[in-house]
Amino acid sequence: MNAILGWAVGFALAAFALGMLCAAIRLLRGPAAHDRVLALDTLYVNAMLMILTLGIRFGSRVYFDIALLMALLGFVGSAAMAKFLLRGEVMEP
Amino acid sequence: MIPSEVPLWAALPAALLLVAGSLLALIGSLGLLRLPSFQARMHAPTLGNTLGLACVLAASLLVASAAAGRPVLQELLIALFVVLTSPVTALLLMQASLYRDRIDGRGDGPAGY
Repeated sequence: MNAILGWAVGFALAAFALGMLCAAIRLLRGPAAHDRVLALDTLYVNAMLMILTLGIRFGSRVYFDIALLMALLGFVGSAAMAKFLLRGEVMEP
Repeated sequence: MIPSEVPLWAALPAALLLVAGSLLALIGSLGLLRLPSFQARMHAPTLGNTLGLACVLAASLLVASAAAGRPVLQELLIALFVVLTSPVTALLLMQASLYRDRIDGRGDGPAGY
C-alpha cells in the first residue's frame, strides 16, 4: 500500500525538479529584469512544494516549518524586487 | 523510509493528489519557459501557485493526519498565506513590467501604456 505513495512521491520530486530547471533556464535567459523576478518567484514556489513532498516522504513535521518559512521569505523577496523594479528603491520615505 | 503507519485510505488519495499537483506545477513552469511574451508568461506559474499548491498541501495534510491519528490542520496556514500574498506579487510585477517597458521603449506592452 505504501509502494504507491512512494512512487507518487518519486514522480512528484522529479516533476518539481524539472519545473525548477525550467524556471532556472528562464532565470538565466529572461530578456528583461521582471522576467527574472517572475522566474525566481516560480523557483521558490517549486522548491517549497518539493520540501512539502519531502516532508511526506520522511514523515517529519520539521519540513512543514521550513515550507512556511520559505513561503514567508519568498514573498518578501519577490515583493521587494518587484518594488525595486517599479520605483528604484525598496523603502520609500 | 515512507512512514509505514499510513493506511490505504489516506495513501491512495494522497498519491493521486501528489501526482496531480506536481503535474500542474510542471505545466506552469513549462509555460514560463515556452510562452512568447512577459504578459503571457505571467499567467503560467499561477497554475502551480494555486491548484498545484492546494493539491500538494491536501496530500501532506492527509498523510500527516493519518500518521498522527488526529486532524492536523497546520497546512492551511501555508495555503492562507500563499493565497493572500501571490496576487500582491503578481500585481507588483505587472506594474513593474508596464513601467519598465514604457521607460525602455519596448513595444511589448499593451497599447496605450
